[in-house]
Amino acid sequence: MLELTPKKLSDRSTLRINPIKTCQPVGAMYAALGVHQCMPHSHGSQGCCSFHRMFLTRHFKDPAIASSSSFTEGASVFGGGANLKTAIKNIFDIYDPEIIAVHTTCLSETIGDDLNGYIQDAKVPEGKLVVHTNTPSYVGSHITGYYNMISGFIKYLSTATGEKNGKLALFPGFVNPGDMREMKRLMKLMGTEFIMLPDTSGVLDAPMTGNYTMYPKGGTTIPDIRDLGNCEMTLGLGELTSEFPADFLEKKCKVPYKTLPLPIGVENTDAFIMALNQFSKNEVPYEIEEERGQLMDILLDSHQYTNNKTVAIFGDPDTVLGMAQITLEMGMIPKYMVTGTPGAAFDRKAAALLEKFGIEGCTAKQSGDLFELHQWIKNDPVDLLIGGTHGKQVARAEDIPLVRVGFPIIDRYVHSYMPIVGYKGAIRLAELILNALMDRQDRDCEDEDLEMVM
Amino acid sequence: MDSRDKVLDKYNSKIYKNRKEHVIEIDGGEPQVIAADTRAIPGIMTNRGCCYAGCKGVVTGPLKDVVNIVHGPIGCAYYTWGTRRNKAKGDENTKDFTQYSFSTDMQETDIVFGGEKKLRQAIKEAVEIFNPECIMISSTCPVGLIGDDIHAVAAESEKLYGIKVLAFSCEGYKGVSQSGGHHIANNGLMKYIIGTGDAEPQKYSINLLGEYNIGGDGWEVERILKRIGYHVVSVMTGDGSYADLKNAHTADLNLVQCHRSINYIAEMMKTKYGMDWIKVNFIGLESIKKSLMDIATYFGDPELLARTEAVIAEELDEIEEGMAYYKSKLDGKKAAVYVGGSRTHHYINLLKYLGVDVILAGYEFGHRDDYEGRDVIPSIKIDADSKNIESITVTKDEANYKTFHTPEKIEELKAAGIPIEDYQGLWADISEGAIITDDFNHFETEEFLKLLKPDIFFSGIKDKFIVQKSGVPSRQLHSYDYSGPYAGFRGALNFAKDITMATYTPVWNMVQAPWKSEPTLVGSLGGME
Repeated sequence: MLELTPKKLSDRSTLRINPIKTCQPVGAMYAALGVHQCMPHSHGSQGCCSFHRMFLTRHFKDPAIASSSSFTEGASVFGGGANLKTAIKNIFDIYDPEIIAVHTTCLSETIGDDLNGYIQDAKVPEGKLVVHTNTPSYVGSHITGYYNMISGFIKYLSTATGEKNGKLALFPGFVNPGDMREMKRLMKLMGTEFIMLPDTSGVLDAPMTGNYTMYPKGGTTIPDIRDLGNCEMTLGLGELTSEFPADFLEKKCKVPYKTLPLPIGVENTDAFIMALNQFSKNEVPYEIEEERGQLMDILLDSHQYTNNKTVAIFGDPDTVLGMAQITLEMGMIPKYMVTGTPGAAFDRKAAALLEKFGIEGCTAKQSGDLFELHQWIKNDPVDLLIGGTHGKQVARAEDIPLVRVGFPIIDRYVHSYMPIVGYKGAIRLAELILNALMDRQDRDCEDEDLEMVM
Repeated sequence: MDSRDKVLDKYNSKIYKNRKEHVIEIDGGEPQVIAADTRAIPGIMTNRGCCYAGCKGVVTGPLKDVVNIVHGPIGCAYYTWGTRRNKAKGDENTKDFTQYSFSTDMQETDIVFGGEKKLRQAIKEAVEIFNPECIMISSTCPVGLIGDDIHAVAAESEKLYGIKVLAFSCEGYKGVSQSGGHHIANNGLMKYIIGTGDAEPQKYSINLLGEYNIGGDGWEVERILKRIGYHVVSVMTGDGSYADLKNAHTADLNLVQCHRSINYIAEMMKTKYGMDWIKVNFIGLESIKKSLMDIATYFGDPELLARTEAVIAEELDEIEEGMAYYKSKLDGKKAAVYVGGSRTHHYINLLKYLGVDVILAGYEFGHRDDYEGRDVIPSIKIDADSKNIESITVTKDEANYKTFHTPEKIEELKAAGIPIEDYQGLWADISEGAIITDDFNHFETEEFLKLLKPDIFFSGIKDKFIVQKSGVPSRQLHSYDYSGPYAGFRGALNFAKDITMATYTPVWNMVQAPWKSEPTLVGSLGGME
């Protein structure tokens, strides 16, 4: 496996090998699927739409619907206006969504299609909506596309009517439906009224009933997106993902915002709960206290199996930072933290995290790739790998256990239903990490050292 | 109103006008005409992919000793990394790069100022780190638009590093589907690789074309061919290699499995090297038997024929009991099959053998000949979209031209039913009354599911869960749902086992909650029990 990867690091400035990021439009498509009765629309060649639907479907094991402008060479020369016009008519005719959320591609961006103009000119049936965002694939990553699409909804729909609604606007970060459910559960327990955008729970984890519906029950509703402008404040979870739309909403509707890390691990969840507490002025209920206490119990009970274990974490920036936090809390050393998404803030935040825990000698890199991470591991190995499916090659090549967390996980089931956020999510992560390390100990030890009780 | 009309009538007039030519009901009378290989309609949820997906994703990507650099923003390289199950295995003489994804990861500045410099540097780094014998460059959409001359960079790099460097202008917007990309890939392999090797010709040697080794299909086919005594020179392209492909011209015969994606090469090799090609199908017992007998008959060696019969008998013996069992579980079921451009047809006889009738079928990117048979080709009108895909012409290579049979012998073999330079379309095997939809889309899938109620549905990942959520067992015939091989005798058994499992998994009986069908409130009315 990966035998052609040399141990010796080379000066590589250009060739990207085994990336840890993909392009903006897939993130935009994911965000749009978290809006109720929304058809995500890819303005480009149909291949983009196919690849993105394929990828989301493989991660969620659930239908990911989206349509395409199906550019041909002619449209690429003369512009995609006619294609979009036809597409909008056909989508409303055949698939009858409430809203179409258009995102661009590197194709339509390179030719400079004017989406604002096209959409203004489009014939949209009474009561239906078309919104858009620009997602050039050659800027940022799928994370960028995700927050651009959220901002696109806000740009078109959210308004401040002057009458506050008493609610918290919550941007959940690039997380699974299972995480969004957990965030909602915690907010309800805290008595917080909220509007969450997007909300893919009930869409990409919709139940099997024997009847397929194109638009399942979940998703943020259009009235709620409009009402975002009347929220008291915004809480953006995942600072590198949610600050952009939070800032956008503030600029447009004067909703003040606060950002926090994704609530992964003890302190990050504490910060989330405290923020909800300050917002709602409600006391933290026993149910949450009990969950936190259970987590503390588990981490104390098991600390000897995680203490000083080294771990390489790769994936999306906020997920990697969250996972670094919880592994540090478990006494582990996040020796390598790599994200493919560009942005120097990642390096700064990783450094701050290490400083907080007094750990030295770890490396964090934004705009990195798995090829380089593998080379680092070859030179200085780790006990555990945490990240998405693409890490399985490195895990196999170097015989390191892999705990699958984040996006994309295209080779396992159930993950998208289960949270990694909140105290419950931390309990689940503790179990995943402990099982990986302890199974490994059981596998590697001598017969005479096999412990019946651990 | 029949099912076809019921579905088409729901369209607005413009779409109706377009789709009515693509959706037909088989009525067994006159040869039926279908519209195919035309533009998808914007806004319709087509299952098609793009030119790049056909070129790099399907044809060039599986070549294991090639560093395939995708020139463009990151997404296109990312999506074709380990996702198509074209299995490959390297050895001490053959590097295997299929575990890697290479991209120039173009940024905004590259779009503005051009990406050639970046591509040159990426090639330099690939050479320094991996020292490959061959590099292929695939363009994605913006590359063609900004005018990067990837062919010039390839030529320059070839000289500079003394290795083979090919460029494919397979921008996603070209053509109307993956199909254009297949053609572009075929052109490149033919122009620059096939015929450049100097291996000694071997006896009874063949190339296997249009076999991508999905789930190990190619390995299973090769196992059988080698058992009989053939020498496999190259496989195009599953587990294939640049090293093997160079010598493809030394073979005696081309076997074509997926003709839609690779027939261009078969035809050009006939012109250039005189090599005959025959259509084969290693899916389904009857097809495999016929294909193996066709190959042996072509070579005409009695010993080869005898060994073929013996191998068929042994292989059949191994699976007979299992097949009979699965047939008993599947007999009488109805299926829908929607895949690719040849594959739908490939599975019909296997399903028939298992007692499963195909009532709904179509291709994602097939041409009219894939439906109607090769005879229809002269009457296909070339539209503007097809014209944008280059069609190259080759001439006779005097040094390497050889014919295995005389023209008279070829005619004799053709008359005996050997499919030399010929393939049939879907019409040859589809049942009376079946509905065919070309470039099938989400809407038609959903509507026909409701009307025709197939017992099992075969297509790809984008439909899989839509169909399954409707209560119909669904299997992917692009990826085999990570199972396989499905080719060959043993593959047929795997297939039968998998679809039996999909149909009979206990979960189907539990989907409805008991409170949906049984009263949950118990009480008494007016004091009476």
